[in-house]
Amino acid sequence: MNNKSIMIVGVGGQGTLLTSRILGDVALNTGLDVKVSEVHGMSQRGGSVVTYVKMGEKVYSPVIEKNEADIILCFEKLEALRWIDYAKKDGKIIINNQRIDPMPVIIGKAKYPEDIIEKIKADYANVIDVPALDIAKECGNIKAVNVVMIGVMARHSEIPKEVWIDAIEKMVKPQFVEINVKAFIAGYDYAAGL
Amino acid sequence: MKKLLLGNEAVARGVYEAGATVATAYPGTPSTEITENIAKYDDIYSEWAPNEKVALEVAIGASFAGARAACSMKHVGLNVAADPLFTASYTGVNGGLVIFVADDPGMHSSQNEQDTRIIARGAKVPVLEPADSRECKEFTKEAFRISEEFDTPVIVRLTTRVAHSQGIVELEEKEDYKLKPYEKNPAKYVMMPAMARKRHLAVEDRMARLRDYSDNSALNSIEWGDKKIGVITSGISYQYSKEAFGNVSYLKLGMVYPLPDKLIKDFASEVETLYVIEELEPFIENQCLKMGIKVLGKELLPVTGEYSASLIREKVLGISPEKLNNIQEDVPPRPPVLCAGCPHRGTYYVLKKLKLTVSGDIGCYTLGALAPLETMDTCVCMGASVGMAHGREKALGRENSRKNVAVIGDSTFIHSGITGLIDMVYNKGTGTVIILDNSITGMTGHQHNPATGFTIKGEPTKQVDLLKLCQAVGVDRVRVCDPFDLEGFEKAVKEEIEADEPSVIIAQRPCALLKQVKFGSVLTINSEKCTKCRMCMRLGCPAIVDRGDHIEINPTQCVGCDLCTKVCRFGAIGKAGGKDE
Repeated sequence: MNNKSIMIVGVGGQGTLLTSRILGDVALNTGLDVKVSEVHGMSQRGGSVVTYVKMGEKVYSPVIEKNEADIILCFEKLEALRWIDYAKKDGKIIINNQRIDPMPVIIGKAKYPEDIIEKIKADYANVIDVPALDIAKECGNIKAVNVVMIGVMARHSEIPKEVWIDAIEKMVKPQFVEINVKAFIAGYDYAAGL
Repeated sequence: MKKLLLGNEAVARGVYEAGATVATAYPGTPSTEITENIAKYDDIYSEWAPNEKVALEVAIGASFAGARAACSMKHVGLNVAADPLFTASYTGVNGGLVIFVADDPGMHSSQNEQDTRIIARGAKVPVLEPADSRECKEFTKEAFRISEEFDTPVIVRLTTRVAHSQGIVELEEKEDYKLKPYEKNPAKYVMMPAMARKRHLAVEDRMARLRDYSDNSALNSIEWGDKKIGVITSGISYQYSKEAFGNVSYLKLGMVYPLPDKLIKDFASEVETLYVIEELEPFIENQCLKMGIKVLGKELLPVTGEYSASLIREKVLGISPEKLNNIQEDVPPRPPVLCAGCPHRGTYYVLKKLKLTVSGDIGCYTLGALAPLETMDTCVCMGASVGMAHGREKALGRENSRKNVAVIGDSTFIHSGITGLIDMVYNKGTGTVIILDNSITGMTGHQHNPATGFTIKGEPTKQVDLLKLCQAVGVDRVRVCDPFDLEGFEKAVKEEIEADEPSVIIAQRPCALLKQVKFGSVLTINSEKCTKCRMCMRLGCPAIVDRGDHIEINPTQCVGCDLCTKVCRFGAIGKAGGKDE
């Protein structure tokens, strides 16, 4: 996982912050330079949220620019579409096929775009479509969507499963470790079947 | 040991390693995590103060007493603390005094985009600006050293991307700092005209010595590369510049006030084209121009917003990113919203229904200005809602004030709303103030405040009784209401705006994100009973979605707060079937 730029995009409250912290911890173990850029404050209240994880020999800017992301981990379909220009042409785009309507759609002032995943697939070869909400539900907690997504991503990395699980155990509050590890493994196994 | 730390966590670590023992703050994005992390060190006394002015005064007191003291705030907080700052610049310090101020270019979570360097220059206080987490810790320690050597408060200026980015930091041992003895010295510590005149001279002398220090300090360094292009930059702009320009020559400034004039001149004389890359105001640029050095800066790059490597590439080098896809879809925006279950939703529903002019304030509840609630009319600064409502009454008369209210959060009220209320009472206003008491400081991520009854470390303490406080300043009509009791709340608001005297309604209901808040199971809409009257849509709840032909509740968003069942006149909303479905 040398010189990787990973974006995590989603809706405030979906756990993008925790995800970037878990990724950051895993990245730290590679011995490379790492920067993780987070979002706090107002946009965490249900707004569009993006965090960045960058690793390499030397990382300067903590922010990923257009056409630079090796991986975009999308917790929600519309957010995948919003940030798609940031993916490399051969970038991996992992999308939770969940739909969360933003307020302009809720009140009928805007339309939620149709066939988002198909449209992205038309232009990018490495798109992985994940029913992360269903998988999290089966694991017993719909809030574990983020960790299911990490599981899917982990399967596509060269980093051993145990390193990921260690990071989850370190970053998650003790009472939530069990459910999160379960969700991680469910995501990991789901990716194996693809 | 190496750790991945947020810029703010690295500052906290630096405060610890420097041996500081007192840390104060008022929370504000993007500065909050500094003091949250300091609070994890048992060796440091830390506190949330009621506002930034008090926070800085406590830190100044600790410094005079001989301790190293830290005080943290967001950029607009420095305005509140400006009064003690400008005079603490005259008194100087005893133990080192460092003020951490986080600017928010791009306004991720702020009401303006002011540049702290300009206030610091006004106060004649030196400013260091770290560019990553490692420097956050290093510069913090150096700031304490400078503070003591030059007898001055020092500002460490962060910006959002530095404060909220994690980077690798090497942890070091804590310095064994001994408290400096306190000696009575009115010429230094009592600022009245005769003493202050002499201290102003001392400040000017100090600035001259600091300019010299800036020219020679390792905080400011040159990285030679291709000399066709030279870049003077600092903080996060350095990181963006490195990515955009690559192997050119850099003068990286870690001390941005006072600037190293000689170093800048030397650097400028060696390069062909000189750029100054800095977010917000042309602070470095103007100093260069003043010295007669030709630089390119704000004629290419904006004074507004955040920079990025691609912005620099585009505006300076004329390179735009290629479009790699054919997607031309309109992506609807996703503005932040009040959470499902938020107590403020009840308040705003009633205020909107009564068509009142709402003088607003700063916190999560500012989101009540956005669609579909669109209830808040104004928001200027912390505490302004109360004074502004009073001003509106004085401008438009008593009758008009029956259509106005002020809304303000509990923490914001303590911060600076109480003084506005005193003004209203004293000057015979008749306004109605609604204190949104959600038992926590919400927007910045759940910090305690004097109205919650707990300290920064979660220890129980005296709790400000908002009801008694309002009564004590002379408000005879104070009542507590649950904003989810929509009928009762509406009745209360109607009565209070009619009253011919000042009144306060304490809208009491805890933040839905607090872990002790438990709602029932999620709700669903019975499509047979639903007449599509859309009353529930007026709540602006993120869980209730208009699908055109029908309205539905998204079970992943609904928290089961039941507020929507209270506005549905057809009994169409009820608990969903199973436990989780």
